[in-house]
Amino acid sequence: MDAYLTLIQLLDSTVRLATPLLLACLAGLYSERAGIFDIGLEGKMLAAAFFSAALAALTGSVWVGLLAGIGASMVLSAIHGVASITFRGNQLISGVAINFLAAGMTVLVAQAWFRQGGRTPSLIGNGRFEPITLPFAEQLRDVPVFGPFYHELLSGHSILVYMAFAAVPLTWWLLYRTRFGLRLRAVGENPAAVDTAGVSVVGLRFAAVAICGVLCGIAGAYLSTALQAGFVKDMAAGRGFIALAALIFAKWRPWHALGATLLFGLFGALETRPDVIEAVIGMKVQSQLLGALPYVMTVIILAGFVGTATPPRAGGEPYVKER
Amino acid sequence: MDVMPKWAEIILVPLISLLLAAILSALVILAIGEDPVAAVKLMVTGALGSTYGWGYTLYYATNFMFTGLAVSIAFHARLFNIGGEGQAMLGGLGVALACLFIPWPHWTLALLGAAVAGGLFGATWAAIPAYLQAKRGSHIVITTIMFNFIAAAVLNYVLVNLLRPAGSMDPATRRFDEVTHLPTLHEILAPFGIEFSKAAPANITLLLAIAACVFLWLLIWRTRLGYEIRSFGNSESAARYAGMPPVRIIMVTMLISGALAGMMATNNVMGEAERLVLNSVEGAGFIGIAVALMGRSHPFGVFLAAILFGFLYQGGAELALWTTIPRELIVVIQALVILFTGALDNMVRMPLERVFLALQTSAKRKEG
Repeated sequence: MDAYLTLIQLLDSTVRLATPLLLACLAGLYSERAGIFDIGLEGKMLAAAFFSAALAALTGSVWVGLLAGIGASMVLSAIHGVASITFRGNQLISGVAINFLAAGMTVLVAQAWFRQGGRTPSLIGNGRFEPITLPFAEQLRDVPVFGPFYHELLSGHSILVYMAFAAVPLTWWLLYRTRFGLRLRAVGENPAAVDTAGVSVVGLRFAAVAICGVLCGIAGAYLSTALQAGFVKDMAAGRGFIALAALIFAKWRPWHALGATLLFGLFGALETRPDVIEAVIGMKVQSQLLGALPYVMTVIILAGFVGTATPPRAGGEPYVKER
Repeated sequence: MDVMPKWAEIILVPLISLLLAAILSALVILAIGEDPVAAVKLMVTGALGSTYGWGYTLYYATNFMFTGLAVSIAFHARLFNIGGEGQAMLGGLGVALACLFIPWPHWTLALLGAAVAGGLFGATWAAIPAYLQAKRGSHIVITTIMFNFIAAAVLNYVLVNLLRPAGSMDPATRRFDEVTHLPTLHEILAPFGIEFSKAAPANITLLLAIAACVFLWLLIWRTRLGYEIRSFGNSESAARYAGMPPVRIIMVTMLISGALAGMMATNNVMGEAERLVLNSVEGAGFIGIAVALMGRSHPFGVFLAAILFGFLYQGGAELALWTTIPRELIVVIQALVILFTGALDNMVRMPLERVFLALQTSAKRKEG
């Protein structure tokens, strides 16, 4: 039973760590499916993490914070959209710029507002997303096997976790079962065809970039108001890039994205529990190796040694209407 | 298509972009409740007002020249090398190994050996993404980003487990031997009767960086390989049709790029810290992107842009020291420079083109 409890705990922290990755990964999915590469996921998450924590601290309401986070992320999305859609600039360079802009701005504004060396005050009470206890979780707690599973793993997460997991089927439905989704995917593969059909390429791409902004905003808010209680400098800590890696891993598909982010979440959870790995495989694994594993795996996938990852065909290229 | 004269293309467009970035930066400083004019004054005196300031400005500029050149040569082949940070990290490892384990007789040989080792390590780290791009079509931007993270893990592992002296808690190597210490600008300039600050870290590798600028200029515009790199960047299909092997061009370009990034370590690891510590690169790999964009990938432009960023870096450090403006202001300025000179290039160019077009037509009308 002890091993089972350890497993449940491990999976519980897997879910916690996978949530921001999942949200950011789906954000990238919308954007890249519409043909806009986005390596600025990291920056958007970071900006959202700061502004949601800051506004939650100032107003005492985490919901105001969430909205502020989404707003900040959307502003960066808009910059990316203007640069890469309107002015047909290099999407990669724009993404790099957005990452730096967020990394610098968050500390700058944090220092100007709170004077605490680039962090926000610790969030308390309504300034945080509290864990939600699912119905009957307490009563079922002592039921063997199912009890811990329900009480520890399924119950007791913040609302954002459930939102993130609900976003997966929603994204699938939106992309594969609606007209908007069909057009969105088409604009990433062959924008000229969409244009010929009389649908606005620019409009669709801006819509995709906006959805990306919303999801990154929630991901960032989760970091600073649910996973932790406040913003600290550079708190996105490469999660935006891991989400990008997960997106490649998932071959730009929503359900696969869930699998990939859970896998990367598990690596993250294992990093803090070296004793578990040692017990399971019988030898010590360096924590640095575990930390680098998602990146190594992504490179292997990209190299096409294990299945191929084909990105949307028109990805990264600005669409120029023929005259 | 060429409606603009060449001087407008290479001077006016970047200058306006830079101006926009500067105006926005000033607004940012205003928004956080500080005085932009006072801030600029403080930065100028802090970075250029003394030989101490100059020593730091030139030290940072040396780093940025190497990484800026690394990004530039890749740009010429239309490859976007975001991996300068990781390549410079691994270059640091190469330099450290060379300095720690080879008994050098004199610093000149040590510098040469360390530069080769750093270059080799950096090139090796760039070789895998290059190979994957050339042979398997994996996007070089994504692979080099991943390699930055992997490099950080590798370095962390090596420093913590292998190179850390016994009894030390610090994830760093021991200090390099006295013989490998590079002469600083103070020691170089003293024989000429020039008093230069003793405390500043600018050293002989500045000359190495300038030599690298000249070397790259020769390579890109005066050799057959450079011609191939530029042709490949302009049109891959045309280069292919002309019989230039794309795999070789990608590999060679990225190897040179990685080697340049790796050689940066002669400055920060060998010249300044004199031991290898975690995060010795301090983001110089990323600043290389801004430097290359601002310098229009031309070695002379990179030289000037590197000095400008050296000034920003040192000035920013002074700002952080004397005011409550954190150092991250530079990161914001860097972001704005990348945004305006890189991504929003057309925003400046399109209206300018219209202006020049109008000027041309009106001139023609007068003639006619």
